[in-house]
Amino acid sequence: MIIARGLTKTYGEFTAVDGIDFEVRKGEAFGLLGPNGAGKSTTMKMIASVSKRTGGELTILGLDPNKRGPEIRAHLGVVPQQDNLDRELKVHENLYVYGRFFGLGRKFLKAKVEELLEFAQLTEKRNAKAEELSGGMKRRLTIARGLVNEPEILMLDEPTTGLDPQARHILWDRLFRLKEQGVTLVITTHYMDEAEQLCDRLIVMDKGKIMAEGSPADLIKRYASKEVLEVRFGSSKNVEIAEQISHLGERLEVLPDRILVYSENGEADLQEILKLGLEPVTSLVRRSSLEDVFLRLTGRTLVE
Amino acid sequence: MSSATPIEKSVHASEWQGSLKIVDVARARNLAWLHVAEARIRNMLKWWTSIAAFSLGNPVLYLFSVGIGIGALVDANGGSTQLGGVNYLTFLAPALLASAAIQSFQEEMSFPIMEGFEWDKSFFAMNSTPINGRDIVNGLVASSFFKTAITVGIYEAVLLGFGAIDLNVALPMFLSALFAGVAFGSVMMAVTSYIKNDDGFFAIIGRFVIAPMIMFSGTYYPLESMPFYLQWVGWISPLWHGTDLGRVISYGSPQQGWIVISHWIYLATWLVVGLTLAYRQVSKRLAA
Repeated sequence: MIIARGLTKTYGEFTAVDGIDFEVRKGEAFGLLGPNGAGKSTTMKMIASVSKRTGGELTILGLDPNKRGPEIRAHLGVVPQQDNLDRELKVHENLYVYGRFFGLGRKFLKAKVEELLEFAQLTEKRNAKAEELSGGMKRRLTIARGLVNEPEILMLDEPTTGLDPQARHILWDRLFRLKEQGVTLVITTHYMDEAEQLCDRLIVMDKGKIMAEGSPADLIKRYASKEVLEVRFGSSKNVEIAEQISHLGERLEVLPDRILVYSENGEADLQEILKLGLEPVTSLVRRSSLEDVFLRLTGRTLVE
Repeated sequence: MSSATPIEKSVHASEWQGSLKIVDVARARNLAWLHVAEARIRNMLKWWTSIAAFSLGNPVLYLFSVGIGIGALVDANGGSTQLGGVNYLTFLAPALLASAAIQSFQEEMSFPIMEGFEWDKSFFAMNSTPINGRDIVNGLVASSFFKTAITVGIYEAVLLGFGAIDLNVALPMFLSALFAGVAFGSVMMAVTSYIKNDDGFFAIIGRFVIAPMIMFSGTYYPLESMPFYLQWVGWISPLWHGTDLGRVISYGSPQQGWIVISHWIYLATWLVVGLTLAYRQVSKRLAA
């Protein structure tokens, strides 16, 4: 569906995307994971056939977006980071008008709008102005709007940023259903749990480059241990104590507020620490996540 | 082939067919400007009561105060000899039509564009569909034209009622006023498409561009009766060209043919320059 080779975007002196390669296959949920400013959104805009690349190759549905933007966009569903609904129009009008932009007929849209209202759980709000909706509702409406043309590729830029946990789970559920219908998803996020939940395969980006590529499970296996033991000794003592326990686990990571011990058995390592007579303020054993992968690859946390 | 019972229809609607099947790209592209206009007009309809009240209230107020009030004074003092032999109301009517058209376009080409780019970013939403920057410009011009046609139409109906214009010149006067409006509007759109935040910009345009333009474009008295060193304001002003065009059409000032043509050429230049710049800047800003 999407093939990028040496894809580059520069703004004057600044290189936002620095020669990246990736492919997205039909029906897959593909993620771009990275901190703010990693080049995810710029990459998305190029795939969305809105922003032109300045170097490399990019093919979407077999077409070149620099030359045939409108034609490609006919087959995309775009959910931008910031909702750009028409605030003055009612909920159902937002869907209808957007469908008209794809040249869809009135009769088709009449049925489609009802179906999407139901999908987004907004049937009861159909006559509310878009500006009267809550954050979660706006987000769902924006996603529903992106589905009006039954897109081959649905692109979601930070779909759940700013939503409460319950709203996030509703959204994830909707996205799962779409995946089941065979829609190709391209998702950016800086939430590792979201990437783990939604993505079959992802690239980890930092400073415009791809740091790693694979399925969430693959990446964790490759770049992190099975478990992580997190211990806190108080910010002033972490560095000092890290030296004393450096023999534990496969690897240590010292963060300002805590020490991460990467190991196969976190519980056993915690016992070792206690045996040394050290008493952490708090301790936690968990399985490794993409957050750890990112930390390993870049030396930085995702959300700073 | 199936009989279309309501149940089967709804099953059919929820079947995912994919955009490759359901989107006709050529159709979407050909009618893109129309779809933008449709969206914009839908938005305007939310304000139709205030638009209608303004369209009707404004001419009535103007005609009573300026047209009839000042008109009585001018006509009683033999003003018509300097007004090409017509009464004041007839002299004033083309100017009122042209300025109504220009002000209507000015409204449409200011805040709605800020809204599209900055406030609700609806232009970016449009641009994520088969619609591009050029279509957005064309659609906004078309929808503004539609709204202005209604406003000017109402205005003209009132003027007809007051006997300020003749029915047989009503259509060409209507068109010339709209042409002045769209010429000004396209340049206004180009200017607005460069603006990133309002910062009182539109208030400045209103006070220091629109208001002087109306004062100095031979609206209330002939341009020639102003000191020569101020007449240039009228010559560059699309309002004066639109007004003078309307006057030639309405009561045939002695100059005629080539003047009509030169007005059309001048206004057409504004239109072409405005559209060209707007196409470029709107597309550029969408791609950023």
